[in-house]
Amino acid sequence: MISLILRRLATAIPVLLAVITLTFFMVHSAPGGPFDEEKAVSPEVLIKLNERYNLNEPLMVQYFDYLGNVLQGDFGPSFRYPSRSVTELISIGLPITFELALYAILFALMLGIIAGVVSSLRPNTAYDYIPMTVAMAGICIPSIILGPSLTLIFGIWLNWLPVTGWGDIPGDKILPTITLGTAYAAYCARLTRGGMLEILNQDFIRTARAKGLSEFRVVVVHALRGGLTPVIAFLGPAMAGLLAGSFVVETIFGIPGLGRFYVEAAFNRDYTMILGTSIFFSCLIIAFNLLSDLVAASLNPRLRDQ
Amino acid sequence: MNTSSSSLTKKAFERLFSNKLSLFGGIYILLLITLAIITPLIAPYDYAYQDLSLGPVGPTTDHLLGTDTLGRDLLTRMLYGSRISLMVGFLATMVALVIGVLWGAIAGFLGGRVDAIMMRIVDILYGIPFIILIILLMVIFGRNLVLLFMAIGAVEWLTMSRIVRSQVMSLSQQEFVLAAEAMGVSKKDIISRHLIPNAIGPVIVYATLTVPQIMLLEAFLSFLGLGVQAPMSSWGLLIRDGAVSMEEYWWLLVFPSLAFSLTLFSLNFIGDGLRDALDPRTGPN
Repeated sequence: MISLILRRLATAIPVLLAVITLTFFMVHSAPGGPFDEEKAVSPEVLIKLNERYNLNEPLMVQYFDYLGNVLQGDFGPSFRYPSRSVTELISIGLPITFELALYAILFALMLGIIAGVVSSLRPNTAYDYIPMTVAMAGICIPSIILGPSLTLIFGIWLNWLPVTGWGDIPGDKILPTITLGTAYAAYCARLTRGGMLEILNQDFIRTARAKGLSEFRVVVVHALRGGLTPVIAFLGPAMAGLLAGSFVVETIFGIPGLGRFYVEAAFNRDYTMILGTSIFFSCLIIAFNLLSDLVAASLNPRLRDQ
Repeated sequence: MNTSSSSLTKKAFERLFSNKLSLFGGIYILLLITLAIITPLIAPYDYAYQDLSLGPVGPTTDHLLGTDTLGRDLLTRMLYGSRISLMVGFLATMVALVIGVLWGAIAGFLGGRVDAIMMRIVDILYGIPFIILIILLMVIFGRNLVLLFMAIGAVEWLTMSRIVRSQVMSLSQQEFVLAAEAMGVSKKDIISRHLIPNAIGPVIVYATLTVPQIMLLEAFLSFLGLGVQAPMSSWGLLIRDGAVSMEEYWWLLVFPSLAFSLTLFSLNFIGDGLRDALDPRTGPN
């Protein structure tokens, strides 16, 4: 297990370094300086600005300085909000994005597992077809359609739920959670169904039934433990996908999280903010993939020896 | 040889069209492609034409699907948008297909150390969060469609190369290939008669499922305002415009969303149908 962790780290670290290098040089090769816009700045101010953002050094020196700072968790000051550092902005947005992702994954697991179990118990009947058709729809309809549609129906036409904000009015967390979580609920349902169908045919389930255990105990205690393995392996990639999905969902619902900061930075050409958040998101995604690899390996001994 | 392979193909088509959802998907996509190709001939208005004095109106006989806040005809914009969305989807898939098939086939066929290095590169590239890099590309180098194709195509070939490699490797181990070799069939004929026809199924299936993924990616970027820019249109952009003004003008959200959802459904149905049709091991269901 330890050698597996080391081997996975050995691939993750070069990937991370490559991402940091690539994003750094991409951002620095952007046409136009960060300050040439609106009204021209005086030469003295420009010198001061370049000094503050460490742009006077040769590019390679800037790169190694930046790399050193990033390793210490310092992404430098933001171009657009000069009084704030990128690290500060990340620490404001991250808890909100994590909260949203957490609700979405809980919603996805609850709905997905229940739907998957129900459909696996009576395969090829209406109890199977109806949830699986809904799941197919959930996978096909993207959040950019689901979010505005839910807002239109429940927020504007029926006026049941608030349509923007996060934690301001009771109930304003419901629509973003559903928008972000639906596709994952659908995947969970399909994975649970697949896993359960495999387990329910096995001998130990027949034994449990033969011993006269209640159906509930057979399904929930005996079968579900094995049937959920594919869902657990899916959690890592799902977390990574949820973070990327937060760009859209936070933009739709006006949630002040990291995803919205990222999109805003992209619009404002806030180069230090884009650079910092790109690297930060990449680290998170790589970390979640690593984590899910390790969880999958600890659940399935055959993967360990690869 | 020919008769058996043509009857296999025929059987696959029969199976595909007996699946009603795939049939529906196929008809819808063919219709859409036809409309997209002849758009300049049938579009009721010019794509940049605005009628500011008209403003946004709901569906009428002049504007079948209504107009947007600048008085642009929604049907026209959707038709032109379908051209962009489909083009991005199919062209980027072609890019991914060419790179993926070549990479996977070379790795699988040569095997050994070359294979190990090539697949290691794929493993490492898999770890990179490309959505971030694509957004970065769009921000830095402007919203250039060619760049968008290349960037997306360059991302989506990874899985394709893995599929092709494993196909090539497992096929070249199988008895009928060994038998052909033992009978003295040339390498070229083995590749063209045995390996390619047998490996092509999963590649077609995966390519069909890649198209909606790429269209989704383009829509995602355009929705965030980082993809296609007005007065050009794509479905992602139209959905974004619709989401902004849906409170008063619902049709601006509903029609583009319906068209896009139906497209994604259809492509997924075709992909699933093809998977069942091309794999002789799965039963008639």
